[in-house]
Amino acid sequence: MSGIYLHIPFCKQACSYCNFHFTTSLHYKNDLLKALVKETELEKEYLGKEPVETIYFGGGTPSLLSSIEIGSLLEAVYRNFSIDPGAEITLESNPDDITKEKLQGWKSAGINRLSIGVQSFFEEELKWMNRAHNARQAREGLELATTLFNNITMDLIYGSPLLTDEMWKHNVDTAIDLGISHLSCYALTVEERTPLQKMIQLQQRKDVDNDKQARQFLLLMQWLKEKGYEHYEVSNFAKPGYRSRHNSSYWKGASYLGVGPSAHSYNGKERKWNIANNNIYIKSINEGQPKRETEVLTEENKINEHIMISLRTMEGLDLETVNRIWGNLQMKRLEAQLERYIQAGFAIKEHSLVKLTNEGMLRADGIAADLFN
Amino acid sequence: MKNIRNFCIIAHIDHGKSTLADRLLQTTHTISDREMMDQVLDDMDLEREKGITIKSHAIQINHKHKGEEYILNLIDTPGHVDFSYEVSRALAACEGALLLVDATQGIQAQTISNLYLAIDNDLEIIPVINKIDMDGAMIEEVKDQIIELIGCKPEEILLASGRTGIGVDAILEAIIDRIPAPKGKEDAPLQALIFDSVFNSFRGIIVYFRIVNGVLKKGDKVKFVSTNQEYEADEVGILKLGLEARKEVKTGDVGYIITGIKNAKEVKVGDTITNALNPTQEIIKGFQEVKPMVFAGIFPVNTDEFEELRDCMDKLQLNDASLTFELETSQALGFGFRCGFLGLLHMEIIQERLEREFNQTVITTVPNVSFIAYTTKGEKIIVNNPSEMPDAVKTDRIEEPFIKAQIITKPEYIGNIMTLCLSKRGILINQSYLTQTRVELVFEMPLTEIVFDFYDKLKSQTRGYASFDYHPIGYREADIVKMDILLNNDKVDALSALIHRGKGQEFGRKLCEKLKELVPRQQFQIAIQAAIGAKILARENISAMRKDVTAKCYGGDISRKRKLLEKQKEGKKRMRQIGNVEVPQEAFLAVLKLDE
Ligand SMILES: Nc1nc2c(ncn2[C@@H]2O[C@H](COP(=O)(O)OP(=O)(O)OP(=O)(O)O)[C@@H](O)[C@H]2O)c(=O)[nH]1
Ligand code: SF4
Ligand SMILES: [Mg+2]
Repeated sequence: MSGIYLHIPFCKQACSYCNFHFTTSLHYKNDLLKALVKETELEKEYLGKEPVETIYFGGGTPSLLSSIEIGSLLEAVYRNFSIDPGAEITLESNPDDITKEKLQGWKSAGINRLSIGVQSFFEEELKWMNRAHNARQAREGLELATTLFNNITMDLIYGSPLLTDEMWKHNVDTAIDLGISHLSCYALTVEERTPLQKMIQLQQRKDVDNDKQARQFLLLMQWLKEKGYEHYEVSNFAKPGYRSRHNSSYWKGASYLGVGPSAHSYNGKERKWNIANNNIYIKSINEGQPKRETEVLTEENKINEHIMISLRTMEGLDLETVNRIWGNLQMKRLEAQLERYIQAGFAIKEHSLVKLTNEGMLRADGIAADLFN
Repeated sequence: MKNIRNFCIIAHIDHGKSTLADRLLQTTHTISDREMMDQVLDDMDLEREKGITIKSHAIQINHKHKGEEYILNLIDTPGHVDFSYEVSRALAACEGALLLVDATQGIQAQTISNLYLAIDNDLEIIPVINKIDMDGAMIEEVKDQIIELIGCKPEEILLASGRTGIGVDAILEAIIDRIPAPKGKEDAPLQALIFDSVFNSFRGIIVYFRIVNGVLKKGDKVKFVSTNQEYEADEVGILKLGLEARKEVKTGDVGYIITGIKNAKEVKVGDTITNALNPTQEIIKGFQEVKPMVFAGIFPVNTDEFEELRDCMDKLQLNDASLTFELETSQALGFGFRCGFLGLLHMEIIQERLEREFNQTVITTVPNVSFIAYTTKGEKIIVNNPSEMPDAVKTDRIEEPFIKAQIITKPEYIGNIMTLCLSKRGILINQSYLTQTRVELVFEMPLTEIVFDFYDKLKSQTRGYASFDYHPIGYREADIVKMDILLNNDKVDALSALIHRGKGQEFGRKLCEKLKELVPRQQFQIAIQAAIGAKILARENISAMRKDVTAKCYGGDISRKRKLLEKQKEGKKRMRQIGNVEVPQEAFLAVLKLDE
């Protein structure tokens, strides 16, 4: 099992909280797309003989591309890799890009899953975040999408200073009522070097309130559970059968190839990532020498990652797996250290499986760091 | 031998000893211009950073005067109260002392105490008014103060500036003319006083000595009298900016010896070195045992580093004979050492030297003075550690060490100083005007009250115009209690403190507040309580972290996030887990920061 990620680094405008790699200039779009195609050729051996089961267009805003452009990227992927016939092929899209024609084009190009960046159904919040779409587009885009795609996920953001608990409920209910089968819900995070951070520093924006974020997260978990969604990862909820196969493969430690500037790849031993600069990326790909950094994972890195990631998932951390891969000492160590979290009600243990409770999910990072080697 | 002069420079802190030493070394070409820098003898990183001398430093000067060659052995000494033991050892290797007085400051508390030390050692005193280049220099006034203090003639007082070099030639001349040459017999059996030692990781232990009688040659079989161990003198020599090997070192001279000793325990400062084949019958009177003023625990942050720490403590003790320590076990912190220090600065410096020179991350616990407890059964127990305090019901009485404190200040600060000292349970014994603008106040005070923040408070209450010196004057009965700190209801022995009952309430409250500040929020709620016996006096809560999780963890986030958490974990390694609670290193010294 393996996956391919394609990074489309273009956006209409910059959302205030965003720290992804993107540009608002489409100047080099054609060169960049060519480079992406070229990179899939250069890297065609990276995943070995494993069939590719998921393909993911992320960004940036891939929905800015025409369906012809998407089609030719997919074609390059198919040419260079062996793709499972039932592969999940996801496209990230923003509501303002969604039209009937585009939807049909994407579908015929092979896209079978849409990830829609809604974030909120409230005008004032969308403005506050400097999103490119408005509340009406959010709703209409989504409604339209449901007519052609049944496998849809959408993003929602909670914990912004404007969002009351009532508004949060409204956002979640709207998604549920529209029959969206998968939700990714993110706490608004003030990242380094973002306009939001700057504005908070200058006191032009209120800072986020951690307690409120915790509360809205707990509410969310409660609401979605009542509606039959599985909380299968910290930020991800799905109706049975609708989990993101692509993202799940990250959490299962599967191999993946990332194509495009800033994209990361992993093959079980090393992780590498392309430079987050469009021009240098294009140039280096054209010269056949992709500019990137590599990190070889030590066993310690690997077990730490395993702890960190598995605790975030519904499956939890399997101590038997730890025992099998890293040995008895590690298992015993973890078992002992987990005890106080179990006592405190942050985790539960069923046989060899340790899973975080809702309260534990709220503190997944702190707990993971504590369990690190 | 008649052309050897051994002298040290003594003064109150910052009166310019090391700077004047620079000029002496420069004028006599002992140090080349290339090697020269400000306070060149302060060669420890910590000394340079803090701008103060911590250790005495010996160096030999060759100087031609009126056609004759002289050997001048100079020892620069520290001025801070905590290090007066360093001064007293330096004095034992000298026949004379330059007593410096800052022309803008006049006589200060350590001017007086160091002077008395020198007089006790029968040293020839050369008074020097220093820093006369400064605008605020009060030469005449300071002259009067000096005459009053030592009873010398006005012409005997030299004027100098270590900054500009004025007066340096006159000082050299006075050293040669006024300080007597060492006495001693070159043909007598070897008798040398060990006055210092350092550990060098390549060469082992380097011992500094002053020869009183006889000659020490390379290759000699020597004996260290009090340890009764024999060695071969692998290398002997004199002290320049570095070590300079010689074939022999003679009577009256200051030098070093390397014998390949690696074990710190084999060298005792104050011991006599003699020739093993032709030993002396007399040992030189060594030094008074240093009396530590405060005690605190030092523990490795990681329990498994105890053995390593022990080794480092042994080595550090070689560089610092005033450090004492013995094994301590704490429920909270495991194995460590109960250490005796000369004062809080000394304690801080030991901790820093362990970290820098020996790469040891340590936890230092609440310092306390040494109390004496008498039990109802009539036993006498020395209490250097809160855990040694007997149960209240079994205690008949407790005594605490008292000191006599001399404070020299300007008349306008008398009121503030009185208020401060009375709040510290001080008793005014005497008040006298040294001159119209200088007053000496003498108090009797409990030592425990000056250990913590007295010095800083004194400075701030007098805008720095007060100097302070103290001497122990014995023990007195006192109402001392043990205050315990509980974290989530578990007593943490390493945080216990011995305090005066009358201060319990306030102390407990402030300590809890401080701990709340120093202990970071964690996954669990933390209750901090201060208690005397079963009675809770103060309480603070640190609420649990509400949310500690990042939203995204996809392909590109994994490495970044792992590194972040790995760093967080590293930070935790500087903390000690006590029950449920991670306690950072600095929290154990919270008592010292109560007023910040
Ligand atoms: N103007 C002036 N400043 C001086 C003179 N001598 C020393 N200083 C300054 O006074 C400060 C203290 O000088 P040091 O030589 O370190 O004093 P010290 O007596 O060795 O200090 P401790 O060893 O810590 O007791 C430094 O900032 C020097 O630059 C002088 O003759 N004139
Ligand atoms: S659309 Fe997405 S990638 Fe682009 S700026 Fe907004 S959040 Fe970032
Ligand atoms: Mg000095």
